[in-house]
Amino acid sequence: MIPEFEKFKRFKAKNLPKEELLAPGHRACQGCGEVLALRMAMKALGKNVIVCMATGCMEIITTPYPQTAWKVPWIHIAFENPASVASGIESALKVLRRKGKVSKKHVDIVAVGGDGATSDIGLGWISGALERGHDFTYICLDNEAYMNTGVQRSSCTPYGAMTTTTPPGKKSFGQVTWKKNVPGIAVAHNIPYVATASPAYFLDLMNKVKKAALVKGPAYIHIYSPCPTGWGSAPERSIEFAKLVVETKVFPLYEVIEGRYIMSRKITKPKPVQEYLKGQRRFRHLDKEHIAYIQQRVNADYEKLVRLSEMT
Amino acid sequence: MAKRVGIEVSIALAEAVKLANVDVIPAYPITPQTHIVEHLSEVIANGEVDAEFVPVESEHAAMSCCCGSSAAGARTFTSSSSQGLLLMSEILFIPGPMRFPIVMAVVNRALSAPISIWNDHQDIMSQRDIGWIQTFADTGQEAFDLTLHAFRVAEDRRVSLPMIVNIDGFTLSHVVEAVELLSQEEVDQYLPPFKPRYRLDPRKPITMGPVGIPEVYSEAKVAHNEALKASRRVILQGWKEFADLFGRQYNPIETYRSEDAEVLLVTMGSISETAMTAIDTMRDKGQKAGLVKIRLWRPFPGPEFRKAAGKAKILAVVDRCLPPGAICGPVGAELRSLFYKVPGSPKIFNFIAGLGGRDVTVERFEEMVDKATAFAKKRPKELYEVIGVREK
Repeated sequence: MIPEFEKFKRFKAKNLPKEELLAPGHRACQGCGEVLALRMAMKALGKNVIVCMATGCMEIITTPYPQTAWKVPWIHIAFENPASVASGIESALKVLRRKGKVSKKHVDIVAVGGDGATSDIGLGWISGALERGHDFTYICLDNEAYMNTGVQRSSCTPYGAMTTTTPPGKKSFGQVTWKKNVPGIAVAHNIPYVATASPAYFLDLMNKVKKAALVKGPAYIHIYSPCPTGWGSAPERSIEFAKLVVETKVFPLYEVIEGRYIMSRKITKPKPVQEYLKGQRRFRHLDKEHIAYIQQRVNADYEKLVRLSEMT
Repeated sequence: MAKRVGIEVSIALAEAVKLANVDVIPAYPITPQTHIVEHLSEVIANGEVDAEFVPVESEHAAMSCCCGSSAAGARTFTSSSSQGLLLMSEILFIPGPMRFPIVMAVVNRALSAPISIWNDHQDIMSQRDIGWIQTFADTGQEAFDLTLHAFRVAEDRRVSLPMIVNIDGFTLSHVVEAVELLSQEEVDQYLPPFKPRYRLDPRKPITMGPVGIPEVYSEAKVAHNEALKASRRVILQGWKEFADLFGRQYNPIETYRSEDAEVLLVTMGSISETAMTAIDTMRDKGQKAGLVKIRLWRPFPGPEFRKAAGKAKILAVVDRCLPPGAICGPVGAELRSLFYKVPGSPKIFNFIAGLGGRDVTVERFEEMVDKATAFAKKRPKELYEVIGVREK
């Protein structure tokens, strides 16, 4: 068991931090689930943090010079490398502390990237940083495509989804591949803490982010982040989708603590995937067969996860 | 006290980094740079210096990690070569405008294809415009001294720019030379501790690397360029103080028997040593030949070069890089621009030599001087010639 978790006081509706470290007034779209998730993550992390961010929506909406939405130290270098930048910061603070050049106080280091930065272009960089064991948290804000460049598919885009590079047509039905299991890849690095979260379950999300920061060594959090602009969904329904995705077992919430899988929310009476798919333009073209296939794979993946939680 | 030892140049350079009391070294292995980072790992493992060695998974990650480390306020060093330098390329353009004083040793090596581990300057010339201060060392002593100078200049608050020390792969990096290693006290006298103006600190939060909207982008680029140009003063001051303390004077442009020369060879890096021998040979034969060596490549020391070229009528400019489809080599092009329409300027001929480890011998330098002299009478079709290419 992780000793840091024992003294950890969970967030509840009554003790939510009031301070906004990611200030309002940024340029996110209406109903952006990603910036909401990030705001909650920042509340959980608190002030004593350094944020390294990949190129992407969150980077451009928060820092059009001379404005910034960040009330904590923040750095952007490029698209694929926030995990490497975090590695550099962590190493620097370690040696500077030893040499008495900076305060001994612990600082949480957080790298943040979208699903493209995480699952595609930056995967090797993340793997390197996790493997080397730097004390940092990597947060993937997964809105399931390259939204900043105009909704192109990533390896986190769900099966069947329409994007600008997986357009459904006479000979195509959208994304042909199944979503890459990035949390599983993180787990394979034998790091102490991996979790998935959704902004609809905000206390769960915040508690997981806090745990990730508390744990010594690398931690990985994969956060589902609704994108009304890219998905063709109603901005006011973002939180509803963030809830439905869990209730339909499409995006299960779990933690992996030192290799042990723990289901955060067991779905005993799942809703059919159809309920999640409808209302999103990216899935509108899917026929019954495709939906049946999705249902079957979602069930199988969920079962596998439950078995893992029973085994470990 | 300094001590004179026989030492491999890579190890001497790494000793300079150790004596600089470096904080973080993110590094990835590539031939012929490896001996530098291997030695640094060793001195860290032995506790000779308190630093973090970050064994990253690629050169791209190495430079990314350097950016993070420097932004957090640590003295940061890395080293690379060839394909590795090119893999970093995306990130190499970033620490300049962000003003991170990272120091890097580039051990110059040819580029693929065909794959070659041997020396030329294609790697660094492809990265000419990354916005770093760049110097070239000819000898082991210079590699050691210029590395200390690099930390001193890069971290000076008036500069705050990344800096590269170039050394030729194998022909310099792997040879054993007599090098005077300075003592820790001497280095401490020359190199103050790194005190960054800004760093990532939760007590004083700042945003580093925001989006450059069109209203500010040009200004940001100009500010970086101005800073790079203005670094010249600090570079010279750094060399002057080095000379005052240790007696070795470095200059942006170095000359050898150039005063009354009619033809000047122009070189960069370790082939300058052979070129000096060639000049002696030619002088013995009564030829009025001299040598100009470019030590500071960026920011380019235009006025110093013009002064060094003096009244020479012909420049035989040696490039260690063949840019396909270009009018001439990068050093040749730089000097042509420098002298364009300057009254009384010398005629400039460009020779591309020593690609992928091909030796550039005394005879080759003599050939270049002879050819340049002939070209001055009858202008050749092309502005450059590749020297020493086998016909069959």
